[in-house]
Amino acid sequence: MGYIEQILVLIGINLIAVLGLSILTGFTGLFSFGHAGFMAIGAYISAIFTARLHLPFALAIVAGAAAAGLVSIFIGRLTLKLKGDYFCIATMGFGEAVRVILNNINYVGGARGWESLPQLTNIWVVLGLDIVFVIVTWNLINSRQGRNMVAVREEELAAQMAGIDVYRHKMIALVVSAAMAGIAGALMANFIQFIRPTMFNMAKSTDLTIMVIFGGLGSISGSIIGTILLVSLPELFRNFAQWRLVIYGLAVIIIMVGRPKGVMGGFELTPSGIRKSMAARRARLALEAEARAAERVAQQEGPA
Amino acid sequence: MSTVLELKGLTKRFGGLAAVNDVSFKVREGGISGLIGPNGAGKTTIFNLITGVYKVTEGSIEFMGTPVQDREPYQIAGLGITRTFQNIRLFKELSVFDNVLTACHGSAKYGLTEAILRLPRFRREEKELRKKTDSLLEIMGLQDRVDVTANNLPYGLQRRLEITRALALDPKLLLLDEPAAGMNPDETEQLMRLIGEVRKMFNLSVLVIEHHMDLIMGVCEHIHVLSFGCTLADGTPEEVANDPQVVEAYLGSDEEKKQC
Repeated sequence: MGYIEQILVLIGINLIAVLGLSILTGFTGLFSFGHAGFMAIGAYISAIFTARLHLPFALAIVAGAAAAGLVSIFIGRLTLKLKGDYFCIATMGFGEAVRVILNNINYVGGARGWESLPQLTNIWVVLGLDIVFVIVTWNLINSRQGRNMVAVREEELAAQMAGIDVYRHKMIALVVSAAMAGIAGALMANFIQFIRPTMFNMAKSTDLTIMVIFGGLGSISGSIIGTILLVSLPELFRNFAQWRLVIYGLAVIIIMVGRPKGVMGGFELTPSGIRKSMAARRARLALEAEARAAERVAQQEGPA
Repeated sequence: MSTVLELKGLTKRFGGLAAVNDVSFKVREGGISGLIGPNGAGKTTIFNLITGVYKVTEGSIEFMGTPVQDREPYQIAGLGITRTFQNIRLFKELSVFDNVLTACHGSAKYGLTEAILRLPRFRREEKELRKKTDSLLEIMGLQDRVDVTANNLPYGLQRRLEITRALALDPKLLLLDEPAAGMNPDETEQLMRLIGEVRKMFNLSVLVIEHHMDLIMGVCEHIHVLSFGCTLADGTPEEVANDPQVVEAYLGSDEEKKQC
């Protein structure tokens, strides 16, 4: 597999996890710092299925997604009724717990890691799954369930008063995002053929969250752009090895300062998305023009 | 006239403080009732109890004969009670259209799989939701503002949008929390007319909290007065306005007036 192809596969794998996290963080407004934990579950389940049980890769991916989804239901039941930042802190704890538990299971290699897994992930599998999950994410967000999630993000109390079951919609977002992280983990394990608990530490979780924020909260096209840029950026500067993390950090800081809402900032790079934001802009300008006109009238009448 | 909402001995304590203390009253079906009282009297707390945001300490709330005090807020909304907020709570980053479209969700029944696979039922019901949104916005006079981001709307229109969003649930009882707060007399007058029209058109019962006495006296058929969590008076606008206790609560007693 060529170097460029490898980077493309890495982008594709990360994209699935980032799209999932985009549903949870960008559209439902819940921040997670433990999604690497769900990736780890998917990766280790897939490794067990393919390397130990010699089952088909497709089954391993499904099992990885299901395991991550099931664990997320348990986590959600414990934490989704918490208010404020507690959910975020709980996910951080979850991610670390998964890593520490894996460190201590010798069956999967413990802290040393697990080598020579079968390489089953190729660019076509990744590309196919990327297309599927972009469509799934898009269709979910543009349905009543997706709109309800956005309502929860925007104004939780008003969402409840509009008859939206806030807990249920947070749970849907969490389970879908965890399952997608599980799939990304399964693809990752059978791509680099080596897994180790430290690969799924908090830095990995933060990486995923940064990609979502960098691209723009509440934008699917933003998540795609964020993933492509932030996965390939360190690779582009691989020649000055010690500087690449500095450049990566600078890029993130520049975006946070210059475009605090991310590269796309809730805007979708699709025909309908462009139409919508142009209509919103026109409507806002019309409102401002009306307000100015009313002010002029008031001023003219005022002195008389 | 039958009763749509009945509060019986409703009490809410926060620690040692009884924010609402043994309050009982009825809202008549198809009528506009007012809930008034000085600041801190417990009016908004009563709204939060009715809508399930706060759990009731004692007493009961019956909506069309069914007790609702132990239900989740979204279930109560689903039964047909919706509200607006004292400090407007719109989905700020969404367009006017999407605000109302989101609130229409209860009219569609398609599931998650049907949405992700875009099955025929999804397409059919989505089309109906959009039609319903369009007609609601037209009735409420917001049809020229559908594309505006809610946050950019002028204040008066934000209030109007919040009421439109509440109507999207096909409610039977609408709770309005200080709908005229921050409005000038002109806008208040418009709002009064709107509330009257909406009630007739959607066959609603309305319970309104308000400080604008002209609005309350103008539209309400029945008024309940609270002070420090307790019932002070209950009756028609004339009865309440002439009640010496109400006058005292609002204007202070004679002794206090002499001090001023």
